[in-house]
Amino acid sequence: MILLHTTGRILRQLRHDRRTVAMLVAVPTLLLTLLYFMYDSQPGVFDHIALIMLGVFPFIIMFLITSIAMLRERTTGTLERLLTTPLRKTDLLFGYGLAFGLAAAVQAGFASALAYLLLDLDTQGAAGYVVMIAVANAVLGMALGLLASAFAKTEFQAVQFMPVLAVPQLLLCGLFVPRDLMAGWLQAISDVLPLTYAVEALQEVGAHAEPTGTMWRDFGIVAGAVVVALVAAAGTLRRRTP
Amino acid sequence: MTSAIEVADLVVHRGARPVLHGLSCTIPEGSVTGLLGPSGSGKTTLMRAIVGVQVVRSGTVTVLGRPAGDAKLRKEIGYLTQAPSVYADLTVRENARYFAALYGLGQAEADAAVRDVGLAEAASQLVGNLSGGQRSRASLACAVVSKPKVLILDEPTVGQDPVLRDELWAQFRGLAESGSTLVVSSHVMDEANRCDRLLLIREGLLIADDTPAAVKASAGTDDLDQAFLTLIRRQGTGVPAPRATGETSEVPS
Repeated sequence: MILLHTTGRILRQLRHDRRTVAMLVAVPTLLLTLLYFMYDSQPGVFDHIALIMLGVFPFIIMFLITSIAMLRERTTGTLERLLTTPLRKTDLLFGYGLAFGLAAAVQAGFASALAYLLLDLDTQGAAGYVVMIAVANAVLGMALGLLASAFAKTEFQAVQFMPVLAVPQLLLCGLFVPRDLMAGWLQAISDVLPLTYAVEALQEVGAHAEPTGTMWRDFGIVAGAVVVALVAAAGTLRRRTP
Repeated sequence: MTSAIEVADLVVHRGARPVLHGLSCTIPEGSVTGLLGPSGSGKTTLMRAIVGVQVVRSGTVTVLGRPAGDAKLRKEIGYLTQAPSVYADLTVRENARYFAALYGLGQAEADAAVRDVGLAEAASQLVGNLSGGQRSRASLACAVVSKPKVLILDEPTVGQDPVLRDELWAQFRGLAESGSTLVVSSHVMDEANRCDRLLLIREGLLIADDTPAAVKASAGTDDLDQAFLTLIRRQGTGVPAPRATGETSEVPS
């Protein structure tokens, strides 16, 4: 019950911040539209890039939002207060997971609707799988954001963890250079970064009409990375501080 | 009277700085205990240790027969931090209802807590838009909503108008009469007179632990401010008289 009340509280905070809600929905759709016109003269390229972006936007945006939200909990003293109440750490972590997962589903829904219906995005597999993977990515971004917030003392530091944790994953996920063309050591790094699997899963949806074993395996890896990040984040929530 | 809180030989360091040096005290159940002392004397640190959020170097803190911070105590203890710790992007009512829900309580209890701190009119305003005094009352509402057995209040009346302060103290008294144990820190000496017992702390040491009347009697004065000074001088710490009151800021915790 405490878990659901916490989810409700986080969503209520979000609802009071209308501009953030508007940006959550509008920014990915605007960027997708930009991509559409950029690649207007190169048929097929938009399909490839837009599909990956549908998974990458929620990852980055949820990372940023969660790391700032959690940093606020730490700096305003609400986290310390929450930890003196009967709330369990998992109530808080999964509360964030559910709330931002839901926000991500709305975001991915709008972005996918725009991409498929107006921008003629073409994938072999069903759009539902794209949304599913996008939500998993958002939850991954959220979990890493929760973790990163523990290492930031100020908002300035928190936003800079985005380039530290998100950009290398983006560069090495196979979007810019296909993974099999990378140097061996870069491939090895790419192999341990969760976003790599999220992107591969999306490409599977793009290339196959039915969900493939690779897609499910990649989806499982992303889910596993979420659990690892959440467990690590739970370790940073200390009831006693110096 | 049985004791609700027992502190024995408590030593706390924050960073490299020793804050409490072997402090011991006993706080009786169903009482209001005032915690007084100048800024930086260790009041907040002692309160944090009682709540169980402070890493302690040595000594013990026992609350309701259990070690401070024990999971079973989380339902029984309420803590008001000095800086208001409520969500600025929620309304007063939403804050109170969330904290009520953490104790398994419903909206009726939450709304009553908001009324009790005099915020009924502002209940649907965002905490971020409130004045400092209102904000700290919103925070207070979230601490008292569960009517905890032990209530630790770090400067609950700072910046409140005198009428309201009177009402808040009546509320604290009511909670104590219904069996709660309150520890209230303050800089205002006239509030000290409303307490059942006083703990005077200075530089991490307890210099008085008695009823207000007894503190005044032992110092041979009717003025608590003066009594505090006398007791410090008697302690023979060899430092100039400290400023016991009049400071509004404190070392952040």
